[in-house]
Amino acid sequence: MAKAKNNTLKLKFDTSWNFAPAPESKSIASIKDKYDLFINGAFVKPSSKKHFKTINPANEEVLSEVADANAADVDKAVKAARTAYDKVWKKMSGKERGKYIYRIARMLQERAREFAVIETLDAGKPIRESRDFDVPTAANHFFYYAGWADKLEYAFPNRQAQPIGVAGQIIPWNFPLLMAAWKIAPALATGNTVVLKPAETTPLTALKLAEIIQEADLPPGVVNIITGAGATGAALVNHPGVDKIAFTGSTDVGKIIQRAIAGTNKKATLELGGKAANIIFEDAPLDQAVEGVINGIFFNQGHVCCAGSRLYVQESVYKTVVRKLKDRIETLIVGDPLDKNTDIGAINSKQQLETIHKYIKIGQQEGAEMHQSSCALPGKGFYCRPTLFTNVAQSSRIAQEEIFGPVLTIQTFRTEDEVLEKANNTPYGLSAGVWTDKGSKIFNMTTKMRAGVVWANTFNKFDPTSPFGGYKESGYGREGGLHGLSAYVNLI
Amino acid sequence: MFSAVKKYNMAKSVIKKSNIHISENGLENHQPEKRLEVLKTYKIYIGGQFPRTESGRYYIATNSKGKKLANVCLSSRKDVRDAVESARNAFGGWSARAAFNRGQILYRMAEMLEGRKAQFIDELMQQDASRAKAEHEVNLSIDRLIYYAGWCDKYQQIFSAVNPVASSHFNFSVPEPTGVVTIIAPQHDSLLGLVSVIAPVIAGGNTCVIVGSYDKPLSCVTFAEVLNSSDLPGGVVNILTGKASELAPWMADHMDINAMIYCEKDAATQKMLREKGAGNVKRVIVYDKINWYSDAGQSPYFINDLQEIKTTWHPIENIGGGGSKY
Repeated sequence: MAKAKNNTLKLKFDTSWNFAPAPESKSIASIKDKYDLFINGAFVKPSSKKHFKTINPANEEVLSEVADANAADVDKAVKAARTAYDKVWKKMSGKERGKYIYRIARMLQERAREFAVIETLDAGKPIRESRDFDVPTAANHFFYYAGWADKLEYAFPNRQAQPIGVAGQIIPWNFPLLMAAWKIAPALATGNTVVLKPAETTPLTALKLAEIIQEADLPPGVVNIITGAGATGAALVNHPGVDKIAFTGSTDVGKIIQRAIAGTNKKATLELGGKAANIIFEDAPLDQAVEGVINGIFFNQGHVCCAGSRLYVQESVYKTVVRKLKDRIETLIVGDPLDKNTDIGAINSKQQLETIHKYIKIGQQEGAEMHQSSCALPGKGFYCRPTLFTNVAQSSRIAQEEIFGPVLTIQTFRTEDEVLEKANNTPYGLSAGVWTDKGSKIFNMTTKMRAGVVWANTFNKFDPTSPFGGYKESGYGREGGLHGLSAYVNLI
Repeated sequence: MFSAVKKYNMAKSVIKKSNIHISENGLENHQPEKRLEVLKTYKIYIGGQFPRTESGRYYIATNSKGKKLANVCLSSRKDVRDAVESARNAFGGWSARAAFNRGQILYRMAEMLEGRKAQFIDELMQQDASRAKAEHEVNLSIDRLIYYAGWCDKYQQIFSAVNPVASSHFNFSVPEPTGVVTIIAPQHDSLLGLVSVIAPVIAGGNTCVIVGSYDKPLSCVTFAEVLNSSDLPGGVVNILTGKASELAPWMADHMDINAMIYCEKDAATQKMLREKGAGNVKRVIVYDKINWYSDAGQSPYFINDLQEIKTTWHPIENIGGGGSKY
């Protein structure tokens, strides 16, 4: 044990606390060499005749090849969704629709371990997160919305909820399976049919979900899953047969989509970027707050739209908090995502790692002080050490722009008014956090922080019953809970 | 006596040249002369004040037969910016008011409008409405204000939820106002349409800048007087007159506006608003199919359209393991 300058004890983690490797086995994952497009209940070859590789970002090994859907494929998928909507799904009772969705939920739970392993391989996230968070939450999301299918007449007072039609859905690479669940479940429950495009770096769990959808005997065309990159997404957004667009991704692309559908009758919901403020007051339980901050920014390598990427610490406890943060990040294990000891997995892609490095450089150029943990990084694959920046100005690019990586900026404040002003001083408004033991202060902060999700004395909590979405440039519309139904219905 | 009469007769001859007739008992007797009407200056309403447009421009409002009704301010881009600044400054206070207080203020707006019924009926008739139609429109407008006054402290209960999360947290979702809303009012139903879009926006705690009907601008300006006498804080509603086609693009581009409402059917404008509005992810809402005269012209869903849902989490401590068995 070493004594730090201010007489507190500090554990030395680099000698007595080495963990033996605890790798999860890959054997349960059955991944085909090649996947086609899932259209109208079957896997069909892409018109483009092109496939592209998807790799494991932990070691850059190729996992599989998936189809590159072109405009003709998108058209096929949309037509299949339209036919299924007109002839089958729109006419089916909510009760029966619900039972299909329950099947999907239960099958996903049965195969949970396989899905967790594949998610970790394809996305790079730690197996502990895939296993304990992504997959169960996805299954639960289907389970929750299955129950709404025959109860819609209770959801909107004085209004009847009618489906919109065909939903075109584009999801990101940070929570591939979970985002697929967030999109498909409410759409189906309300009577819509779906064409879903997973992100190009993480197509596998969506394609495995297609297998479950087949097994569940969902009528052909109700859910179509087409893989591809930006062009496929654009074709889907622009297709005249799509009635509603649901997009989760960057704010820049969200704006492009808003403009693209401007002259049409298409409805849209957008769940975009964020730059959440996480605020620690002097009367917060500091150890818990530090855990919450660590979880807030390093969960899923910081690839989280609602990550607590801006820390504000009240001046009087600044030194203590920063010391605790630095000690804590030393204990974080960055490594093979399949190892059950790993805290921080691989960065999802080379491109994203370059973006993170770019921002770290910008931060240093802007005069902020950078501190990283000293852990070893694996030789291959894309990895980034947990990074803290102090001496950050409110107008710094690293404090204003979304980095989407394990990088935390730290600023100080004295009064509530000051930190509220700073917290809200952003074009984003997805989430925010506050740590204090005083109840009335909690509610002062939570009511005044302009964000769609506010965590008080906790962070990064999600639940199928809890609506999630942003204010301002973080998008509009909510996913989850009762409010998540609104996006997929016309009220008459 | 004689000199007095002489003076009187002399005076009379002089006086005869004027219009004043002296009667037998010596009192002046004015012929009924036509009293000159004091014409109203139709200014705009920003920040609780009645400035003219900073551009100095005006246009002539006429009725359908071309009769001039008034010189109306042709508001400018700068007026929009000033109004948005006012609306933004007023938002913090207005959204922080108790919902009940907002309800009281909306109710007073109804009282003030009722008190000025004759004035509004007259203005609508000047703008080609029949007396019956004008009265109907004003009555509906008053009743609509009362309708939304009642919703101020109730819509939250309809649109909120306590969410049964699986983890040990207290979790609730509530609507909050979106912020500053700019509105192109219904151009045809110049009073009822105006009231129907303003009321749900401010009942929900938002502030707004609204461009009234170009062809029938009188009511929206007089309505500002109703607002001004209703205890509504300045800046909560700002009313401009002028060309929607000129002002809408500036509003759509403005980075400090949270939402836009457009009430006309012009597809090109709808497209333009959504394209430009994407610049800061504005919520663009189109009410082009609403019959403001019907029941479909009012509902709490109009309030909800300008609300954001906030979900709050807080842990529930589980200590000791003891539970209540009762």
